[in-house]
Amino acid sequence: MSVLELLKREVVFLDGGMGTLLQAEGLAAGEHPERWNLTRPEVVQGVHRAYFDAGSHIVNINTFGANSLKFSSEELESIVRAAVENADIARKTSTGTQEKYLALDIGPTGRLLRPYGDFDFEEAVAVFAETVRLGVKYGVDLIFIETMNDSYETKAALLAAKENSTLPVMVSNAYGEDGKLMTGASPAAMVAMLEGMGADAIGVNCSFGPRTLAPVVEEYLRCASVPVLLKPNAGLPRSVDGRTVFDVEPTEFAADVAEMIRKGVRLAGGCCGTTPSHIAALAAAAAEIVPVPVEKKSITCCASYTHAVVFGREPILIGERINPTGKKRLKEALRAGDMDYILQEGIAQQEKGVHILDVNVGLPEIDETAMLTAAVCELQAILDLPLQIDTASPAAMEAALRRCNGKAMVNSVNGKQESMDAVFPLVAKYGGLVVALTLDESGIPATAEGRVDIARRILTEAAKYGIDKKDIVFDTLCLTVSADNAAALETLRALKIIREELGCHTSLGVSNVSFGLPQRDIVNSTFFALALESGLSAAIMNPHSGDMLRTWYAFRTLHGLDENCADYISFASNYVVQASAPQTAVPAAVEADGSALQRAIVKGLKDKALELTAALTETVPPLDVVRQEIIPALDTVGKGFEEKKVYLPQLLMSAEAAKSAFTVIKDKLSAQGTGGADKCPFVIATVRGDIHDIGKNIVRLLLENYGFAVTDLGKDVEPERIVEETVKLHAPLVGLSALMTTTVPAMEETIRQLRKAAPWCRIVVGGAVLNQEYADSIGADQYAGDAMETVRYAEEIWKTL
Amino acid sequence: MMDVVLVRSYAPPPVDRREIIRYMSARELTEELTALLEECLREAEGHLRYAVCWREVPVSVTDTGVDLGFAAVESASLRKQLTGCGRAVLFGATVGLELDRLIARYSRLQPVKALILQAIGAERVEALCDAFCADIRRQAQEKGEFTRSRFSPGYGDVPLALQQDIFRVLDCARMIGLTLNGSLLMTPTKSVTAIIGIGDGSQQPDKEKCSACTKGDCVFRNL
Repeated sequence: MSVLELLKREVVFLDGGMGTLLQAEGLAAGEHPERWNLTRPEVVQGVHRAYFDAGSHIVNINTFGANSLKFSSEELESIVRAAVENADIARKTSTGTQEKYLALDIGPTGRLLRPYGDFDFEEAVAVFAETVRLGVKYGVDLIFIETMNDSYETKAALLAAKENSTLPVMVSNAYGEDGKLMTGASPAAMVAMLEGMGADAIGVNCSFGPRTLAPVVEEYLRCASVPVLLKPNAGLPRSVDGRTVFDVEPTEFAADVAEMIRKGVRLAGGCCGTTPSHIAALAAAAAEIVPVPVEKKSITCCASYTHAVVFGREPILIGERINPTGKKRLKEALRAGDMDYILQEGIAQQEKGVHILDVNVGLPEIDETAMLTAAVCELQAILDLPLQIDTASPAAMEAALRRCNGKAMVNSVNGKQESMDAVFPLVAKYGGLVVALTLDESGIPATAEGRVDIARRILTEAAKYGIDKKDIVFDTLCLTVSADNAAALETLRALKIIREELGCHTSLGVSNVSFGLPQRDIVNSTFFALALESGLSAAIMNPHSGDMLRTWYAFRTLHGLDENCADYISFASNYVVQASAPQTAVPAAVEADGSALQRAIVKGLKDKALELTAALTETVPPLDVVRQEIIPALDTVGKGFEEKKVYLPQLLMSAEAAKSAFTVIKDKLSAQGTGGADKCPFVIATVRGDIHDIGKNIVRLLLENYGFAVTDLGKDVEPERIVEETVKLHAPLVGLSALMTTTVPAMEETIRQLRKAAPWCRIVVGGAVLNQEYADSIGADQYAGDAMETVRYAEEIWKTL
Repeated sequence: MMDVVLVRSYAPPPVDRREIIRYMSARELTEELTALLEECLREAEGHLRYAVCWREVPVSVTDTGVDLGFAAVESASLRKQLTGCGRAVLFGATVGLELDRLIARYSRLQPVKALILQAIGAERVEALCDAFCADIRRQAQEKGEFTRSRFSPGYGDVPLALQQDIFRVLDCARMIGLTLNGSLLMTPTKSVTAIIGIGDGSQQPDKEKCSACTKGDCVFRNL
């Protein structure tokens, strides 16, 4: 009988602690327990046998930390082979009469993935894949990924298991006392991601005793449609007479875990501090419990690396602003690779209250796969909203889904066979909540019934891939009413039928309806209200439209979703009735006084600097404002800083104020069709292995203000990448930053490569451990102790060009 | 000797604004910056956690350094720091990854807030270490023992490479989510690992943190 068949019939018992038992046999602190497979096989076999004797159906072989980061390929293979053999000998010699299985145990690597660590996602997948292939080769029955405290690393491990085996995979995470993973994920978010990727059982291990873990396990039971597992510690460790003891004894442990089995847990064992006695007590205590059937939960949701967004409770807002269609500034940003602009768009929408961000970066002239992947990675580094991957390119969709830390929305599939053939395999592999458009090879049916028919066909096709209807959200497509008077009504009717008869959730881009009409916001927001009333679950919308938000807040209040109308009242108190008059309001009666602008910049008053610059440039040519006002103000602050009268934070405040003034200047210049007045390219980066970038960002900001065309390559940047960009731009200046002695060699290597490939460039270096002698010794042209020194050096070089 | 790694969360220790300002490379703040500091403190609050993991290790002084059981360290300054100590507490402390995310969010959009937040992080993790060290000292004193001030890899001639051994023996990644990258940098960035020497006898006053350090040109030197 396969382990999955057993799981359908019975409660499955797992094993207990390994590390704590090996320590009792003399495993030293910091020693790799996996080596004991080779050096002390009889001890390892004894532990496994004791668990089988105690009643465990599954034992995890002694490979928790067996990966290529810790062991050479050769040693790794012999460890996995020996680990399987040891467990197999235990299985054959055990007196237990139950079914017995060997699980390849995969624990965390201890490395943190990018962007906060330096471990690349694909590198992590490759490391896990090597262990998985060895486990398969030597004949394990299943794969058990456990004790993971980061969602992204969990994803890498599960992906590696799925891509390199057909064995059942169980995934267990370690939660902190706040009920979240160390990197922030809630149980609901983990369930969404892991189920979507096809884990066969999911759950919780380590950290605490069974009682403390109970709330997290209950959350799993509430959300999961697959069996839930539990392997708690024997409580908390403490030291008694120099010995480690755990505070939950076998009887109490068994009673507490049995209670969770009654609530629905289907696989149970123990982690740190638990022994064969704990498992024997558990097997006895749970012997008579009738297993609770695993039920489908029909929760429609997507998730970020922190939380799940669930459809059906209240209408979901999906921010549509990261989409270049009709947005000139975003197109420019995409062509220039200006990620900051995209991040700003994301943050601005989050601040308006959207629940999900749509991400579309498709432009004919850019590499969409690379750009979409980069956008997803950068957005999820600083925002905790789930993302909606919006692309027509299956390659870009796959790359982005792979890197997404969570369960993404996918925009979109439609009823065309070609579309379903391309999209469904990706959703089946990576998980996802997919938006399905009710159109097919013959276009969009005119009637609601026609669209519902397509929806049914899409559901049937999805089922072939194991994709449940809970993971499909239908967009019944809205055509413009100015072309067809009945268009809106058919869309609304289709929504209602899909919601009520098919029981599926829906999403709409509402703004198409008003195409060709004046004052479109009026029609859009009214249509939005009608659609919500017809059962619309989510809208792709512009959160900067006051009318749309107004409708959303009012709808929630009227539907009793807003307790004490609190959200509405808070929204209404900040709501400004939108004037129909000019969109770009000129700030009224601002004193157009040059010295006032200088004062604002010196004091670091961002908003004031913006206003004053806008007012001034009404009458004064923009470049004159730069020369006469902004630069002198920057110089005042810069000199003050050099004379130690102004401190770093003040310098930065002024720099930010100047930057906001420059945004006005740039807009004016681009409206006039004249370009900026950039001095010369300046390539800047924090070197490979170094993850500190605050200093580098300060330098960048100042250089920009002084008119240099800065290309910021970010942190942890390979030498090759810096060389490539310097050569491409023929940049006369390169700035490198490193914080620690351990990353200075990477700086030296970068300089060496730059000297070879870009002998014309001057290299200025900075960072905590550097000084002029150190800079000389690694071959830099200049050491800069702070941002102003970098600016002065750059100006000096620029003047000689 | 305790052979287990223990973990504990702390309540937020009191905030020392003067320290934060020092970590901002400033001596005083304008009115606008003071307001911004308060805003950042409020914003950081929900993004901070205070976690420590620790274990005891034996100490034996050798000719050129110390043997800590899990690693023999060649270091004159650590030898000096731990002479007279029979054991030591090795610990890792962090205020968590969420602060790094917050710093990253502002780093490119509003660098002055990133600067303030990282200064807050530096002050917070030091305050956490102070709270932990005070606990260890209190426990030692109850047993008639003294503690020395905490000493970290990178102080004096203590090699940074010791970090690898410390991370292995404390299992920091599992215990408190603290990781070490290939260049021996820690993530979350606002984290500390250190060793506290313990010996028999009465407590002697500590030297100020900075005066024990040999990096004379440090911009944060506080004497």
